[in-house]
Amino acid sequence: MALSSMRGLSVFISDVRNCPNKEQERLRVDKELGNIRTRFKNEKGLTPYEKKKYVWKMLYIYMLGYDVDFGHMEAVSLISAPKYPEKQVGYIVTSCLLNENHDFLRLAINTVRNDIIGRNETFQCLALTMVGNIGGREFAESLAADVQKLLISSSYRPLVRKKAALCLLRLYRKNPDVVNIDGWADRMAQLLDERDLGVLTSSMSLLVALVSNNHEAYWSCLPKCVRVLERLARNQDIPQEYTYYGIPSPWLQVKTMRALQYFPTIEDPNTRRSLFEVLQRILMGTDVVKNVNKNNAAHAVLFEALALVMHLDAEKEMMSQCVALLGKFISVREPNIRYLGLENMTRMLMVAEVQDIIKRHQAQIITSLKDPDISIRRRALDLLYGMCDVSNAKDIVEELLQYLSTADFAMREELSLKAAILAEKFAPDLSWYVDVILQLIDKAGDFVSDDIWFRVVQFVTNNEDLQPYAAAKAREYLDKPAIHETMVKVSSYLLGEFSHLLARRPGSSPKEIFNIIHEKLPTVSTSTIPILLSTYAKILMHTQPPDPELQNQIWAIFNKYESCIDAEIQQRAVEYFALSRKGAALMDILAEMPKFPERQSALIKKAEDAEIDTAEQSAIKLRAQQQTSNALVVTDQCYANGPSPIVPAVGPLTLVKVPSMSGSEEHTAVDQALTQSNGTLTKVDSQPPSDLLGDLLGPLAIEGPPGAAVQSEHSAVTEVEGAPSAVDVAAIVPVGEQTNSVQPIGNINERFNALCLKDSGVLYEDPYIQIGIKAEWQAQHGRLVLFLGNKNTSPLDSVQALILPPAHLKMELSLVPEIIPPRAQVQCPLEVLNLHPSRDVAVLDFSYKFGTNMVNVKLRLPAVLNKFLQPMPVSAEEFFPQWRSLSGPPLKLQEVVRGVRPLPLEEMANLFNSFRLMICPGLDPNPNNLVASATFYSESTRAMLCLIRIETDPADRTQLRMTVASGDPALTFELKEFIKEQLVSIPTAPRGPTTAPPAPPVVQPTSPAMALTDPGAMLAGLL
Amino acid sequence: MGIRFILMVNKQGQTRLAQYYEWLTLEERRALEGEIVRKCLARTEQQCSFVEHRNYKIVYRRYASLFFLVGVDNDENELAILEFIHLLVETMDRHFGNVCELDIMFHLEKAHFMLEEMVMNGCVVETSKSNILAPIQLMDKTS
Repeated sequence: MALSSMRGLSVFISDVRNCPNKEQERLRVDKELGNIRTRFKNEKGLTPYEKKKYVWKMLYIYMLGYDVDFGHMEAVSLISAPKYPEKQVGYIVTSCLLNENHDFLRLAINTVRNDIIGRNETFQCLALTMVGNIGGREFAESLAADVQKLLISSSYRPLVRKKAALCLLRLYRKNPDVVNIDGWADRMAQLLDERDLGVLTSSMSLLVALVSNNHEAYWSCLPKCVRVLERLARNQDIPQEYTYYGIPSPWLQVKTMRALQYFPTIEDPNTRRSLFEVLQRILMGTDVVKNVNKNNAAHAVLFEALALVMHLDAEKEMMSQCVALLGKFISVREPNIRYLGLENMTRMLMVAEVQDIIKRHQAQIITSLKDPDISIRRRALDLLYGMCDVSNAKDIVEELLQYLSTADFAMREELSLKAAILAEKFAPDLSWYVDVILQLIDKAGDFVSDDIWFRVVQFVTNNEDLQPYAAAKAREYLDKPAIHETMVKVSSYLLGEFSHLLARRPGSSPKEIFNIIHEKLPTVSTSTIPILLSTYAKILMHTQPPDPELQNQIWAIFNKYESCIDAEIQQRAVEYFALSRKGAALMDILAEMPKFPERQSALIKKAEDAEIDTAEQSAIKLRAQQQTSNALVVTDQCYANGPSPIVPAVGPLTLVKVPSMSGSEEHTAVDQALTQSNGTLTKVDSQPPSDLLGDLLGPLAIEGPPGAAVQSEHSAVTEVEGAPSAVDVAAIVPVGEQTNSVQPIGNINERFNALCLKDSGVLYEDPYIQIGIKAEWQAQHGRLVLFLGNKNTSPLDSVQALILPPAHLKMELSLVPEIIPPRAQVQCPLEVLNLHPSRDVAVLDFSYKFGTNMVNVKLRLPAVLNKFLQPMPVSAEEFFPQWRSLSGPPLKLQEVVRGVRPLPLEEMANLFNSFRLMICPGLDPNPNNLVASATFYSESTRAMLCLIRIETDPADRTQLRMTVASGDPALTFELKEFIKEQLVSIPTAPRGPTTAPPAPPVVQPTSPAMALTDPGAMLAGLL
Repeated sequence: MGIRFILMVNKQGQTRLAQYYEWLTLEERRALEGEIVRKCLARTEQQCSFVEHRNYKIVYRRYASLFFLVGVDNDENELAILEFIHLLVETMDRHFGNVCELDIMFHLEKAHFMLEEMVMNGCVVETSKSNILAPIQLMDKTS
């Protein structure tokens, strides 16, 4: 071991190392800090060598965990030293000690800039690295242009350029405006042609950051990434220094595949084919080898390839291959591979087609839930949580419950939250749900948040059939010794409300119930006592005929708490006592709680919120978001496999059964008053920690019956009581019947535009319903399936779906059920037949009723012209005779289009491909032109070849000349207009809340003037 | 952003090198290092090399008495980082000749120079050992 070149530093380090304890270390460090401080004060005598030595000492001391703020200036000042060794120390130590907002950095900005633009490349590297590590906004503004120049200029060596790339990445993150997208996209694409792998590695990181923010601007980089990947995979032109255990830079391979995951899809068939060839080779060609490093590196590449395949929505066969691989991984002994297998299988759940295959591995995954390694257990838990649905919920939740008893502390909270959510989401029946939650409270009461038991109460209150069962269960738990306080809360609440339903069972008389609950009172905290008091009042009310002994006992308790120091308890005691002396009036006031309105589970919401963090966007997160939006489609997969395309009217998940309304008509007025008073009481209930019962009680304010009559009824009651009103009257907001107060989630136009380009996705979503669409096209026939998913735990009523077809489409929608059961998904096939070419759009007029909300939306259906096209490659021998034979109007139309959205030619080609118009390269000798062809299908035209030629002007991308030819005049015209619309309007999804995109105007072939004729088109125009 | 920090810690839990690519205060660093050391050093050889901690994933590897711990974002490719650690060790091996804890301790600056050539702003800059070591060799020659 050679000693450091700086002797003083070595001596100090070994002194510290020899300190027997932390205290001695501190003394030695303090002594050294004192020494450094004095030496820095008398700077005169300090040589650059000494200064350098002290600055390193400071860094060492800082690493030990001591503050060295006093020396920041010295470190920064070394940056301007003329010689490399000092300058280097200055740059490195400054970037370790200072953060980007430090004032001293601002002082150095000029020196740094001079080093960057200077001629000494070693200085350039130092400066670029420091700015890349800690440069802030100011650096971004003053240096970005210089750094860009270094990166793209071939007169600088790779060692400077690779640092410039990552430096620019930092500056871009600090201020995205420093990279001018228009000019930079081409430069970026050029950078990817780089031969030097160091520059390429850094540039790829830069690209990842750029495309993660705006993939559209960087389309041209996509084929280049595929090229880079091919070069690596084929080991072409890779210097030995960049292969790692025989694998061409695994890090660059991984980074490149990561970049590709930010592009939503790959349109160009050639690029796609090349990429899939590489991916296929990685998937099939990665074997387990003995050498650990080689094995890891190869699997690093393999796992990234798996992620990319998932992202690209590959063919089913390839997906199954991926799942098979992952299935192998999750059963190997090697812990790293097993961990990653579980992690990636969780990601794979997003792919709907493979969920069933994943489910086959359930037993294996459960084994990993019991692994001695917590990292692996966590992955297994996540995967089980993700793969849970109605079909396996019982098994999985019970497995989680069982594991809960032995799980380590660190995982219990997560485990109980997940079990609760799954039980609620996928309960095959409600009594099972109640069982699960009560078991959960029993086994891990400390980890069951209030939200969880509030939710049980909501369900039980809203489902009459469930009430006796829940009450009986609650009664059973009370017999157990030493139950958790949460169990006391939930069981006394349930018994207060529903114990009268048990009256004839043994041990369930009001008196017995009261006694067993009252036994717990000495053991509970002040937050639980108010709940017990309410329970007593309710028991008293339900005891018919009155039991004087029980009454006296309870009154005594109320009396005792009348002087309680806790205001909440005191108020309840006083009020319940007064109320309970009113005899019959008590019955009215303490009647059963009204049903809770449907709302999103606070629990699920909490879980969702927790997932959204503010960290920067990543491909994974984007994917995760996609997953949430498809949640319904995913969870209801089991229906898709059923024999009938339409689910039975009542799914297995009817969480809320329609309450029987018997007797309600007899005394509506009284009922209203009752509800009101009940609201009052519960309002009081909610006081303790103010938001504790918020979830249970908040909605009552909204549900309050409308009208001033009630308001006066209510005040009458309070007047009668003669007590000051404790009720926040303002909280009672009457809400009448509403129409379309429901806001859609996401932009409807964007969804439509996206669906014009792909065949499955979400057409519409709001808080209650999600409408998904899946389409298959075959010549002039189309089969769409509408997936109507009810997102709530109560049914959607009066569902109506009406198709308003344009004249050229024959559409037949199968029966849409009037009611969509809770959490169920209904599939409605829609058959489409294209009669003749037209750009008119069909509209779906959809309405439903949820509670008092009548919702009506009109949605354009993506049965658009391009869906009836079939890409058709033509050779020069086929093309030219055809082209010539269609000699002029009306079969061949030509138009100069202006105001075109400027697109690079390559992107325009992608656009055509995405509309199923196949670009035929090489037919037109002019590289600025495009030739495309496709077959169009309709009843009137049958299969008909369409040929398109686009001539662009490289000097002015906003205009082009377009020639369209086919054997049918209407088709030629419609197709020409269609393409024009796509080029002039914005075919890719517009961002933000834009107004409606130009509606497809209804133009008859003969008169290009606007003529809104058929109803569907008129509607479409309005949307 | 990829790599958030790189730590080298001996089996007694003493930090031998710490390089952060995001700003944490001294107290935050101390707390974080303490937690990570407690979590990772107790793990056995049979357990996997990945530990989830706060919003990081720690990818770690043990070489004799020294642990190399790298904190990354949750979506980073774990195996790529695991092998990046090995690349770092091989690079140090090439320079020091069978590197040990004391080499890193007494040549902290060299270790920093190497890291500086390999990682920037949390991203991998260079993976060729000879390119990484070129500046250091140049300096050794001139001094």
